[in-house]
Formats: sequence, C-alpha cells, structure tokens
Amino acid sequence: MQKPNQLARVESRNTAVAAAVFLIPAIALIIVYMIYPIIDTFLTSQYSWNGISTDKLFIGLDNWKTLLHDQYFWAAFKHNVIVMIFSILLQIPIGMLLATFLDAGGRRLNIFKIIWFLPYLMSSVAIAFLFTYILATNGGLFSTIATLLKGKRTAVDLLGKSPQALYAVIGVMAWQFTPFYMVYFIAGYSNIPTSLYEAAVIDGANRRQYLFKVAIPMLGPIFKTACTMSMIGSLKYFDMIWNMTQGGPAGGTELMATYMYKLSFQQWKMGYGSAVAAGMFILITAIALLFQKIFVVKEDF
Amino acid sequence: MQSKMANSSKEITKSRIAWVIAFIFATFWLLVALVPFVFMILNSFRKQFDMLQQGPLHLPDPWYFDNYPEIIQKGFFGYFGRSVLIVSISLVLMLIIASFAAYPLSRMKFRLRNFLYAGIIAMMSIPMHVTLIPIFKMTNWMGLYDNKYSLIGPYVAFALPMSVFILTGFMMTIPREVEEAAVIDGCNKYNMFFRIIWPLSKSGLSTLAIYNGVSMWNEFAFANTFLHTASQKTLPLALGQFKGEFSMNMPMILSVLVLSALPMIILFIVFQDKLVKGMMAGAVKG
Repeated sequence: MQKPNQLARVESRNTAVAAAVFLIPAIALIIVYMIYPIIDTFLTSQYSWNGISTDKLFIGLDNWKTLLHDQYFWAAFKHNVIVMIFSILLQIPIGMLLATFLDAGGRRLNIFKIIWFLPYLMSSVAIAFLFTYILATNGGLFSTIATLLKGKRTAVDLLGKSPQALYAVIGVMAWQFTPFYMVYFIAGYSNIPTSLYEAAVIDGANRRQYLFKVAIPMLGPIFKTACTMSMIGSLKYFDMIWNMTQGGPAGGTELMATYMYKLSFQQWKMGYGSAVAAGMFILITAIALLFQKIFVVKEDF
Repeated sequence: MQSKMANSSKEITKSRIAWVIAFIFATFWLLVALVPFVFMILNSFRKQFDMLQQGPLHLPDPWYFDNYPEIIQKGFFGYFGRSVLIVSISLVLMLIIASFAAYPLSRMKFRLRNFLYAGIIAMMSIPMHVTLIPIFKMTNWMGLYDNKYSLIGPYVAFALPMSVFILTGFMMTIPREVEEAAVIDGCNKYNMFFRIIWPLSKSGLSTLAIYNGVSMWNEFAFANTFLHTASQKTLPLALGQFKGEFSMNMPMILSVLVLSALPMIILFIVFQDKLVKGMMAGAVKG
C-alpha cells in the first residue's frame, strides 16, 4: 500500500520538474519584457526624469495629478474613442459583408479574396507613406480626381485640417484592417458544420433564410472577439499615425500612444511619459473589461 | 403546383437581384483595395517631376526604371537583410520557447497549471507602449542601444502569449494514445516532447511562423525607439531614412514601398491557405 503511493508522489514530482524546465524560458521572458516593465512604468511615473541623467526627482503622485487635468491627454483619449467607434462600425460590418460574399460564392471567388486581402499585407509604415501621397494636395489621388471633376485645379486637403484629418486617418485604417476581419469571419463561417446547412435545406430554408436565421446568429462569439480586438487595437494605435501625421495638424490626430511617445522620446519627459503610458494601460484594461461584462454572448447553440 | 412554381421563380429573381447588388459592392471594394496599389506601382516608374506634371493616374511617359537601381544602390538590401536576420532569429527562438511552454500546459498535470496558463493568456492584450520606456532603459543598460539585436528580446516576448495559447490548443488535440504507446516504449517526458509532440505540431508551428513573421517584419515602434544609425535599421525604418535623403522625390519613395511590400505579397500568394489558417487559429479561439 505504501509503495504505489510513493511511486505516485515521485511521478508527480517528476512531472512538476519537467513542467518547470519547459516553462521557464517563456515565463522568464514574459517577466523580463512584460511584467517587470509594467511595474516599472508605474514606478517611473512617480518621478521627474529625462531618461538619461542620474538626476531623478521623486515627486510622488504629481504626474498623475497633472495627467488628470492634462487637456492634451484627454483630447487624445477622445480621438482614440472616436477611432474606436468608427473602427467597429466600418471594419467589422464591411469585413463581414465581404466574408459573406466569399462564403456564398465559394472557391471561384478566390481572386476577390486575394485582392481584398492585399492591404493587410502592407506594413503600417508603408501604408502611412503611401496614403500621405494619395491624400496630398499636390499630386494626390483625391485632389486629382476633384480637379478632373470640377474642370479646374482643386485641392482636397484631407490631412491638413482638423477634424477632417482624423476621419481621413479612420478611412485609411478601415482600408488596412477590413481584410483582417474578413478573414476572421471567413473562419467563422467555415467553422459552422455543413450538417447545419444540410439540415436547414431539408427543412426547406433557402440560402437567405439559412444566412440570417442560422449562420449569422452562430457568428455571435466571433463577432464579440472581433469587436474586442478592434477596440483594443484602436485604443493602442500608433504606427500609422506616427508616420503619417505625427498627431498633427495641431494635435488633430493625436492619440494616447503618439502623445506618450512624443513626451518620452522627443521631449524626454520620461517620468510624465510613464504616467501617460500607465494611464493608457488603465483606460484600455478598464474599457476591455467593461465590454466583456456588458456583452455576454451565449457560446452554445 | 402552379403557385409554387411562381413562388420559386420569384425567389430566383430575388436572389439574382441580391447577387447583382452584392457584385456591385464587391467590385467597389475591389477598386478601393486595388487603386492605392496601382497608384503606388504606376508612380514608382516615373521621374520625380513627371508625377506632378502628368498627374498620378496618367501612365508614366516615358517609363522610368532608374528609381529601383538607385534605391538598391543606396543600401535597400542592407535594411532588407537586417530584417530577414532579426525576424528569422526571433521566429526560431520564439517557436522553440512557445512550444516548450505549450507542452506542459497541454499535456501534464501540475499544481500551477491553470494559473500560469491564465497568466500567459492575460498578457495577450498588453499594449506595448506601457512597456516601452522600461524596455528602452533595459536596452541601454545592457549596452544594446542602437544595436539591431536589441529587437530580438521584445519580438520574442510579445509574440509568446498568443503563440503559447494557440500551440497549447493545438497540442491538446494530439490523442492520448500516442503518448501512452511511447511511455510503454520507455519514453520519458523530455524524449516525448522531442520525438512525438514536436513533430506532430509542425503544422501549428508553421502557421504561427507565418502569422508572427508578418508582424515582426512590419514592427515599427520598438525598432524606431532602439535603433538610431542607418546601418542598424530594419526595413520599416528604411522608409523614413530614404525620405530623409530624397525628401521630395515621391516616385523614389514609392519604389521603396513597392520593394518592401513585395516579399509579403509573394509570400501570401504562395502560402495563402497557411496564412489564413494561422489567422483562423487565432480567430476561433481568441
């Protein structure tokens, strides 16, 4: 009776050792590059520090008090929220429409899928440069088309003025990310078992009834994930804006991330930059959790 | 009978109309997706001032092919090669470490399992900006500032949570019997991983390689923060560097864009199904 018990204990200890050996590299990296930095950001946010000098002044919660009243930060947050709302309203419905079209059409529409997917393959930086030229008043696409339509030289200045600049950026983001959600919904459709379609057909449903009564309701969980991703993505958005407008004109496209980056790596206010980064982290986490709480989608069917 | 037929012919017309509307929308979005690419490619074959004189939609007159040789001469493939180097090292390390971690999480029972798994998953939504200043400090402290190898650590770490998550799910689908047979043959936990589980996870690993490869290839914020001299910069930074050198020469910059987007487009056309599958793996479980 003693022996098997002991054997089991040895076995479970061996398992624990093996598990630790395999897990240590990943956990070490996550601690070094994610967990420790988050803690350090909160700690640094209590200092006034330029990032280089040893002259690091402890100022407690002063940075946080400044942050609460920082109109630039809250304007940036407002822009993030606008970007978030329009991202969800544009990218997800269009992505879903495209996926529905591809799902109904089958493999012969593959060429549509390839071309629709292309924008997602460009890096955000490349897209930023490309669209700076496309939206330019001089030699840009929109200005050229407007000139052709009106028959006289017309400059469509989309990036130079607020609030158009923000909406122009939102349009570019829709161009970039719609393909991502398209693939998401293609995955969703392909996960619906074919037996369900067959059952619906046997019950006398046509394609449209199947789509609206069976397929789309089953996409619920995918829909929620897509919204969550789009939300988090737009709240931490950075690359393209940084390369396209740097937050300009006059802060019109400033987002939390670009503001934080400017403070930390252009003005070298790393203490306050850390407070902004930490504030951004808190806001993103709070919004994401709130969303998860509010929209509970039934996972079963 | 009669009314049923009339009904179904009405259904057919209805469905035809639906298809026509769908096709109009589909074609519209085809244009939206495609026109920027046409703009990019067309204008990369122009001389600097021809673009403004002829307008961006006019066919290049004459076609000018010297932009490409010139950017290659100015070190385009240096950026390209550095990106290939950093992305390959990071990817290989990441895939090894992620599958190491996924193995005990998917196939062993131990006390902290659920806690660790939940912790790793929670890291998926950490915005990199929260970590940027501390990692920048660390990079300086390690003496890696302005060194391309400084990117490997953050690239591996930030790709881990999602990859561990997907690989854990993938490894769970490997049937228990395979393992039991190996145990009878005298396989221990370590051999088991290298001989059985890893080879069986190949398709999961390759989708992850493509998915994470694309995002590492395009990564900008870490690279822009850590790298300063042109001889260390990766491809996403090449654009800014070239823009600095040829400030107003749009066609020149556009040819840089074409060359840097091309590998991804070729990769996509070759590995289309793999890439889509990789994204699906994230989609369905995420």
